[in-house]
Amino acid sequence: MTAHECVDALHAGEVGALDLVEATLGRVQDDRWGSFLAVDGERARARAREIDAMAERPPLGGVPIAIKDALSTRDIETTAGSRILEGFRPLYTATCVERLEAAGAIVIGKTNMDEFAMGSSTENSAFQVTRNPWDPDRVPGGSSGGSAAAVAAFQAPWALGSDTGGSIRQPAALCGIVGMKPTYGAVSRYGLIAFASSLDQVGPFARTVRDSALLLSHIVGRDAMDSTSLDWTEPIRVPDATDLRGVRVGVVDELMGEGVELGVRAAVEGALARVEELGGEIQRVSLPTSEHGIATYYLLAPAECSANLARFDGIRYGAHLDDAAGGLLEHYEQVRGRGFGPEVKRRIMLGTFALASGYYDAYYVRAQKVRTLIRRDFAAAFAKVDFLLSPTSPTVAFPLGERVSDPYSMYLSDVCTIPVSLAGIPAISIPCGLSEGLPVGLQIAGPAFSENRLFDVAHALEAALGFDPSPPGMA
Amino acid sequence: MAPVIDEATVRHVARLARLHLDPDEERRMGVELSGILEHVDVIQSLDLDGIEPTTHVISLENVMRDDVPRPSLSAAEALREAPEVVEGRFAVVKFDS
Repeated sequence: MTAHECVDALHAGEVGALDLVEATLGRVQDDRWGSFLAVDGERARARAREIDAMAERPPLGGVPIAIKDALSTRDIETTAGSRILEGFRPLYTATCVERLEAAGAIVIGKTNMDEFAMGSSTENSAFQVTRNPWDPDRVPGGSSGGSAAAVAAFQAPWALGSDTGGSIRQPAALCGIVGMKPTYGAVSRYGLIAFASSLDQVGPFARTVRDSALLLSHIVGRDAMDSTSLDWTEPIRVPDATDLRGVRVGVVDELMGEGVELGVRAAVEGALARVEELGGEIQRVSLPTSEHGIATYYLLAPAECSANLARFDGIRYGAHLDDAAGGLLEHYEQVRGRGFGPEVKRRIMLGTFALASGYYDAYYVRAQKVRTLIRRDFAAAFAKVDFLLSPTSPTVAFPLGERVSDPYSMYLSDVCTIPVSLAGIPAISIPCGLSEGLPVGLQIAGPAFSENRLFDVAHALEAALGFDPSPPGMA
Repeated sequence: MAPVIDEATVRHVARLARLHLDPDEERRMGVELSGILEHVDVIQSLDLDGIEPTTHVISLENVMRDDVPRPSLSAAEALREAPEVVEGRFAVVKFDS
């Protein structure tokens, strides 16, 4: 069932929240995909009973949801995929999760992820591998791979993820579902375990564009606890557009060439044909600086992460040492050396280097200037077209283990999503076909605050594409 | 030409980052960071004269709120996850022990 179908059935009295929670828990407990790190069945059942007893159901009626483990949930273990937070039970719930719970969504569990959201395959989780429901020998993408796999494998109708350089869109693409990163600041980051604060944004995973919009509609808006969160004056609507008449669509030249698999390109070209059939106008556009997106991102994001992850000191919460014979600095170094995995250490080191005296201007400040050029490229493109289309990922899901030993090859997974993140604009990935039996994602990006029109375009195109988001053997 | 990160630089940066690396990790880190820097060094060749750095993608004025008390965690709650508590406070390891 889609989330909309669940909500409708709940309001029509055809099913109770407890029935849905029980059915969901059954699928979560058979976790062949390794999607979940923590499941709190008792808490979910208790909440379902509470909602079922209400005189009037809340808007979301008691529909279950899976939450990426980067989002704090009061009293439910939250690790962000890291040993350094093993056993950590937050003292408060992230604002976005709180808003969903208040609207009648029921948290079913916490999903696996690359440690501190650093990775593109979920293989950097300290705890377990997550498998792609379309092929268990392949990655689900990352960093929100657990949320993507859970939704693709029908373990939950929808889920929350977080996206810093592509961590919602890329796993959604690789798992054949819909993933959306809103405008920077649209959703409060309060309670999101910080990775790179100038880029991090929470967003929805779902099997349909309409579900994606419904989920976002409940979490956008200003929160006093996050000073970067924005007033959201135009409510998010569930889209109903059926054509693209008058919509100008740009195809990004730089993201359709070298490095993009032929099967991926073919599926995206198929989607472009649908755009024209629906009345959209297509033109080619250029984002000349986007080729430097990865270089820029892999200086800025590690720099920010090296500052954000300084808080993990083994004193106030998380892993600690029983024997700190060497004094405080030795204690910090040992706790962090043991608690962080290899990719997190690499990024902290890279970021500390980029911010260090003697390198700051050559690396960090230059990267911030390239970010300005990338934003200008997008502004110039949006003067000509309404939306930009590209593949979400240059490849389909790759085999487990293929890229773990070569960090830079992993970084290339996000070549199409990173420029959008650096520009702070919204983008959605919808499945647009198969290549070698594996899903291909189409990324649609729009200017800041264009969420409602973006959902309309994605919805019209989704209907025309008619992609069935059911992995082989599932329905 | 990207700088090569030798093991002395690795040790210096690791100290700044408060990160213990064992000798094997130090060796690999030098190689991996040098490799990544070789790729990202492309930004050295761009003409960036007169370009303002981006610090925030959405322009916001100073965000202020009224200074009014509101509920917060009790001391006991705030200490709940602490590995070690002494006299109702976080226990911090002595600087030199």
